[in-house]
Amino acid sequence: MSVSPPLRRSPMALGLTLLAWLAAVLFLLLPLASLGTEALRKGLGGVLRALADDDALAAIRLSALVVAVCVPVNTVCGLFAAYALTKYDFPFRGLLLVLIELPLSVSPVVAGLVWVLLFGAHGWFGPWLAAHNIAVVFALPGILLATLFVTFPFVARTVMPVMESQGRAPEEAATMLGAGFGSVFLRVTLPEIRWALLSGVLLCAARALGEFGAVSVVSGHIPGQTETVPLHIETLYNGYDTVGAFSLAAVLALCSGAMVASRTLMDWLRGRRSVAR
Amino acid sequence: MSHSVPQAPGLRRLPFGVPAVIPGRTLSFGLTLFWVTALVVLPLTALATKPFGRGFKVMLHALGDARALHALALSFGCALGAASLCTLLGLLLAWVLERVRPPGWRLLDALVDIPFALPTAVAGITLTSLYAPTGWIGAPLDRLGIKVAFTPLGITLALVFVGLPFVVRTVLPVLRELPRELEEAAETLGARPGQIARRVLLPALAPALATGFGLAFARGVGEYGSVIFIAGNRPMVSEIAPLLIVIRLQEFNYAGASAIGLVMLLAAALCLLAITALRRRLPASLGVRLGGAA
Repeated sequence: MSVSPPLRRSPMALGLTLLAWLAAVLFLLLPLASLGTEALRKGLGGVLRALADDDALAAIRLSALVVAVCVPVNTVCGLFAAYALTKYDFPFRGLLLVLIELPLSVSPVVAGLVWVLLFGAHGWFGPWLAAHNIAVVFALPGILLATLFVTFPFVARTVMPVMESQGRAPEEAATMLGAGFGSVFLRVTLPEIRWALLSGVLLCAARALGEFGAVSVVSGHIPGQTETVPLHIETLYNGYDTVGAFSLAAVLALCSGAMVASRTLMDWLRGRRSVAR
Repeated sequence: MSHSVPQAPGLRRLPFGVPAVIPGRTLSFGLTLFWVTALVVLPLTALATKPFGRGFKVMLHALGDARALHALALSFGCALGAASLCTLLGLLLAWVLERVRPPGWRLLDALVDIPFALPTAVAGITLTSLYAPTGWIGAPLDRLGIKVAFTPLGITLALVFVGLPFVVRTVLPVLRELPRELEEAAETLGARPGQIARRVLLPALAPALATGFGLAFARGVGEYGSVIFIAGNRPMVSEIAPLLIVIRLQEFNYAGASAIGLVMLLAAALCLLAITALRRRLPASLGVRLGGAA
């Protein structure tokens, strides 16, 4: 893409530009500024005090655990799915693609609801789980399953277009030269997709960290035990601890903002601004 | 300009029975099937069968409930309004970013990604503080007699915030691939700006605009975190469908919750199919790179 000179400097273009800036400031910049202001209402000390709270620390630990479990699982499975879908032919490929994308367009609340229907007290496996004294819903396993569901497609769908555009010839050539699955995958496929993979992992992690709706449905909302950071923000906010809620919110926004920004930066450095999300 | 997606080199169909050349098919295919079955097919089957567990009548009864109907109408209505506004604003932002490139356009470009970067609960409390009667935007509007927070208008504005990047990020790359000579040629031939927009830009951008609209709409219908704080959640006034699912679950009314959930799942699936079909009509060079909802 070459950077061509501005098309028009007409009064209409100027007017539209001002309108675009106004919209961006009103709809996009002001919320960000408001987030910072609310968090710093009692100064940096207020933020630090809110973060040092026991329940807040427990929420941060739980969120870190959720990211640490869900991101690797969905990365490995997503990689294999992308590989299977692009390197081989099989019937019902389109159906499988739709099933992989579905978690992205479905409501987060529905993503939580399905696990309650499976593992809740009146769910399919509820009685069996109760008899064996295993807690899934309103406990850690439920939170993990809900997050796995909503972060399910990110790696697969960021990697798939790159694998597809690469074709099958490199893998076929490697196979003819005697390489097994391990060497084909690690030495031929993986190096080609490493940037897309990193991009997908960042998206997956940002979503796992910030997921609210799905986790809210399957979490018991017990402060210090089953509250991730977004859920704890809700508890603080509804308890009128505005500074606490916005402090935690600002830290969460910084983390996921850093992930999204490093993805954008990566695209810029590589000279193309992809829109795969 | 061709709008067909060419086959990538090396991609050709072999019958399933023919042994694949590349090793690892059983392993990767098996793991994929397990992963999709355990995480998507099994849970969604539970959702699809649950509402009918106590008969078709119970399911219809749960949906015929005035409160459920209102919640669904509100969610779909607000998402429709928000997606329309997103399409207008998104087109404006994309056109300015690509064609005018005003000073500071990189900042403007970065601002567009803010909603992607803010977790939904964070966006929710932030927008509420902004549009509340004491907030930066809410206070001046309140003096004019316009109430935003805790009304359907607030819900719509929250959905505009979440949906806007989808439209910009879908339209921008398509606009970039569109030769600006088209607009210049129209100008030299004497077309007025309105004619250029209507006859040159909009037809070429229509599939991208429709895709962006679909993505913003699909996201808006199911949105929960960024809406519940600003909605006020009054039954029959500002109670969205996802929240009613949560309330029905808290009442242990599983049939009621899953009936609404099933409607939302079907809507999401329809949106996804429409978006997939639309995406095929985008320029080929973008067809492979273009992503979907986040």
